[in-house]
Amino acid sequence: MLDLTYDAPAPKVISGAREDWELVIGLEVHAQVATKAKLFSGASTLFGAEPNSNVAFVDAGMPGMLPVINEGCIAQAVRTGLGLKAAINLRSAFDRKNYFYPDLPQGYQISQLYHPIVGEGEVLVELGDGTARVVRIERIHLEQDAGKSIHDMDPTMSFVDLNRTGVALMEIVSRPDIRGPEEAAAYVVKLRQIMRYLGTCDGNMQNGNLRADVNVSICRPGDYEKYQETQDFGYLGTRCEIKNMNSMRFIQAAIEVEARRQIAIVEDGGTVVQETRLYDPDKNETRSMRSKEEAHDYRYFPDPDLLPLEIEQAWVDDIASSLPELPDDKKARFIADFGLSDYDASVLTADVTNAAYFEEVAEGRDGKLAANWVINELFGRLKKDERTIADSPISAARLGQIVGLIKSGDISGKIAKDVLARPTPQRSTNWLRQSWVCDGLNCVKRKLIHALRV
Amino acid sequence: MMTELTKLTIAAARDALRKGDVTSAELTQACLTAIDGADALNAFVHKTPEVAMAQAKSADDRGYADAPGLQGIPLGIKDLFCTKGVASQAASRILDGFRPEYESTVTSQLFDRGAVMLGKLNMDEFAMGSSNETSVYGDAVNPWRVDENLTPGGSSGGSAAAVAADLCLGATGTDTGGSIRQPAAFTGITGVKPTYGRVSRWGIVAFASSLDQAGPMTKDVRDAAIMLEAMCGHDPKDSTSADLAVPDFEAMLTGDIKGKTIGIPAEYRMDGMPDAIEKLWSEGAEMLRDAGAKIVDISLPHTKYALPAYYVIAPAEASSNLARYDGVRFGHRAKLEQGDGITEMYEKTRAEGFGPEVQRRVMVGTYVLSAGFYDAYYNRARKVRALIKQDFDTVFEDGVDAILTPATPSAAFPLGSMADTDPIQMYLNDVFTVTVNLAGLPGVAVPTGQDARGLPLGLQLIGRPWEEGDLLNVAYSLERAAGFVGKPAKWW
Repeated sequence: MLDLTYDAPAPKVISGAREDWELVIGLEVHAQVATKAKLFSGASTLFGAEPNSNVAFVDAGMPGMLPVINEGCIAQAVRTGLGLKAAINLRSAFDRKNYFYPDLPQGYQISQLYHPIVGEGEVLVELGDGTARVVRIERIHLEQDAGKSIHDMDPTMSFVDLNRTGVALMEIVSRPDIRGPEEAAAYVVKLRQIMRYLGTCDGNMQNGNLRADVNVSICRPGDYEKYQETQDFGYLGTRCEIKNMNSMRFIQAAIEVEARRQIAIVEDGGTVVQETRLYDPDKNETRSMRSKEEAHDYRYFPDPDLLPLEIEQAWVDDIASSLPELPDDKKARFIADFGLSDYDASVLTADVTNAAYFEEVAEGRDGKLAANWVINELFGRLKKDERTIADSPISAARLGQIVGLIKSGDISGKIAKDVLARPTPQRSTNWLRQSWVCDGLNCVKRKLIHALRV
Repeated sequence: MMTELTKLTIAAARDALRKGDVTSAELTQACLTAIDGADALNAFVHKTPEVAMAQAKSADDRGYADAPGLQGIPLGIKDLFCTKGVASQAASRILDGFRPEYESTVTSQLFDRGAVMLGKLNMDEFAMGSSNETSVYGDAVNPWRVDENLTPGGSSGGSAAAVAADLCLGATGTDTGGSIRQPAAFTGITGVKPTYGRVSRWGIVAFASSLDQAGPMTKDVRDAAIMLEAMCGHDPKDSTSADLAVPDFEAMLTGDIKGKTIGIPAEYRMDGMPDAIEKLWSEGAEMLRDAGAKIVDISLPHTKYALPAYYVIAPAEASSNLARYDGVRFGHRAKLEQGDGITEMYEKTRAEGFGPEVQRRVMVGTYVLSAGFYDAYYNRARKVRALIKQDFDTVFEDGVDAILTPATPSAAFPLGSMADTDPIQMYLNDVFTVTVNLAGLPGVAVPTGQDARGLPLGLQLIGRPWEEGDLLNVAYSLERAAGFVGKPAKWW
């Protein structure tokens, strides 16, 4: 199998009023663990339920209630760690992060400050122009999500929905290896892709299942390399953390605008203050949320309700042996086995379901032709109809047969395109798919003709 | 007859029920009558006569052939236990009106075995106190009285007073730093703090999670064995609960301790210890020697650091455990002024809802966990805790089977007498008991004598982890040798 090798991209340079500046970026990605039940209770994690209907007594912080670790969440974190080529810590522990807020019923979040379940790993982030950044992962820890405060339902009261309270999150912490807004977004895209392959996070950013805190600082060209040599953060500027972003577009815009803010401060002779900021997409600016002085003292300490978590290497090995083929491997294989271009292989492996569809189409056939039909004709069509592969008007087996027929010259590309271009039927009637349920080449031909005649 | 019934031990009542000499309804009614006549003790703070009579009749209906030992036995339940549909407020204003929709594992197990709940018992607020004077319900009063009202001890003061005054046959207690053993000693009853992890903490309002452990408070050691067995057991809902079989503790009470080695720790001989305590302790050692045990002097060198370490760790955990009492979802919520926000709601609610001792501990705990102080206080206290445990491990490895110490540094003191003293003076009550919680060991307080004024005094036995059966057998032997049969004269 081919290994994917790429050159590192050039860092983004922003020209200030006086000089050029580079960016240094690290991300903390909060990924909701795909499990049926919460991290420490049996309550459902289903999105969109009636407010406060998926709440166990422990989630509501009722007196005397105790957390019990959900093994499924641990397995998913281990699986994610393995997918990011990371060290799995056989012994980890849970700590309490204490602060008051109405959507945090216990008055503390159970997290893993001192001993996270996953240690150092790395992610290859391709930028689509033939370059790629290797971003190092510092750690992944498990923690509870908070509930949702709703402030706009009543002029004098706030409401709290605890459905999300206690849902398991993985916090994936990167090293400050990311050098531009596009890289940051590409990194999140890659994490999401890997987790969707692994089935450990559905990556739905709209539902808040994937959110990112972005640490941004600026430095003069050359200083980053000095930091790399010495690991001395003194070469880097003071960082600001932009909290809780849930769109790739906002991540990029926020980094850009925050970097420009910092550059303006420094070039005016000021100093950047370390603080937490929020991005306002309407005004395209970041605003101070709280300064370092106002920062919470979370009073972390080991959660006495939970014993340290010990897992066995054999269990980790079991999970490792059940890992699916990951995006980098799949892409390398598509390039090697089907003769695809790097670009086509990237497009086809971006989503695990799409990749599986393509593989079925291409199996035993002309890979390039198959890729062409899947990417240009089918994906183009699906995009136009705002549909996903799950709603494809044509099964992979059929499209494969069509590709075979095109290759053998039995039908023309034009006829095949016409078939695909037919209005997609409503799911309720769905006659096209039903009428195609038969086997054998002759049948397909007949049905094709039938389909065209209708 | 009615008052005589309440004087029965659990074992005697069990035998009488089995023989058909008495019904649970009669026993329970006798207790309810005694409770109604004992308001001066302020032991029962939520009486549940309807629940009690229903449970008693149900026990009687099922009959006593092959019944569990606790079937039909009327008990009192410390207010720290969540009891479904019944007020459970940890003696705090902040849990005013709280009626849980769930039953603690311990009370579930007791009720599954047919026990009868007479009501909820007074205690120090959130189990923080050694005199039952921090309770929102007011002081519980020791049935033992000399000239003035005395403390029954704390935090399980209501439980101790109720058992000592024969208002119930036994009671649940909880022990974080001595809250079962000190009140037991102050009231002349038996109290057991099991090994940490023996008894599920699920459904017990948390004070300091790494130290809290529930246990029985009873009229004698046999009753403690019967009740402890019903309270123990693995609970998957408590991650710190041990998955170990529960032996028949009562069957282990042979009274035979020949060949056992009992350690006498030098460090528990405190300056200024009352002569009566000193004498009680050496007499206790003699009794065990006479029963065939070998008495050896031992050293637990880190003992003197136990109390300071305890008063860092316990408040630290408490400050976090009590954060949930914020007025948002249950319990007391302060009335707010126009324009008050969430911060004002927290501040006013917690200022009104928590008493001074709870507030003090929440503040101490918050301080020792805060940035810059964590290592100096909390982490250091954890290291001390590990050393204290190691002290015990060493003597047990050297062949010691149990350790004999005083249970308390004094007999019960007058209520109100500590009001103007430094809180440290009150904390010193726990000096002999906190080491056991820090090390997670089982301990039992056994009444063995009386001071010059006739007040009961107790000794403490500390056992090897998970060996409650052997420990209770040593306690049983000591109990028989001491022959303590004192009862408070009824004045209430």
